[in-house]
Amino acid sequence: MPVMLRSDQGFRVSLEVEIPSDVSYIESVVDLIRHPCAELAYGKHQLALNVPVALCEALSNAILRGNHEDPLKRVCVRADVDTTRLVVEISDEGVRFDLEADTREADEDGNLEREDGRGLFLMRKLMDGVERFDRSPGTATGNVVRLTLARA
Amino acid sequence: MTFAIKKQGEIVVVDVEGQLIVGNRQELKQRVLDELERGERKFLIDFAQTGYIDSSGLGVLVSLSKKIREQGGELRLANLNDDLKTLFELTKLDTLFQISDTRDRALSSF
Repeated sequence: MPVMLRSDQGFRVSLEVEIPSDVSYIESVVDLIRHPCAELAYGKHQLALNVPVALCEALSNAILRGNHEDPLKRVCVRADVDTTRLVVEISDEGVRFDLEADTREADEDGNLEREDGRGLFLMRKLMDGVERFDRSPGTATGNVVRLTLARA
Repeated sequence: MTFAIKKQGEIVVVDVEGQLIVGNRQELKQRVLDELERGERKFLIDFAQTGYIDSSGLGVLVSLSKKIREQGGELRLANLNDDLKTLFELTKLDTLFQISDTRDRALSSF
């Protein structure tokens, strides 16, 4: 049973989820965020490609590279979805990274046959905006990655 | 994700159902490597029932392709939907793999 009118301007869904640093949670979080996007009639390709893949990349970066799968560290996810755009913020407790410097282009020499290193590249290709900022200004660790996608 | 492996002639065909992502890619990798170890050399992965693939899933395909080529074999792909095709194009991996629109075409291309 639909819980909302898909064309309802002003309708907004906000979610906040905290998960252990375990990649087995990724698919469930992706589904939690993709569902309201589908209810609000986001585009077919956005639902099948942009949203799930970019979220997977951001979550796996936070779990694997940020928190190094440390069971004592958590990943926090905040998502706001409305009829105009999706904004997701994913926070980890890891060492800070440089979004620009760490993004590897797919067609740079040697990258094609690499097993890893496509995550940030894909996030930036599939989202309208990707930003990284410090989780707690004044401390040495903690990243927040903000993904933004306008509804198509 | 679940997957099924079966032989069609000399070709090992792998059907991937669901998502191929960081949390499950090692399972697929190990099963294909087990077949390679057993002497199989021709592999086809069919994505007709696949949802989305993340960079870890793509990485496993790249890794398997290299290992199979090193053993004188070949890995081919079939049945990518439009979104998976876009993913392979964005990452240029459409230039690394031989990709067929259908399973039959892929099987007859070996």
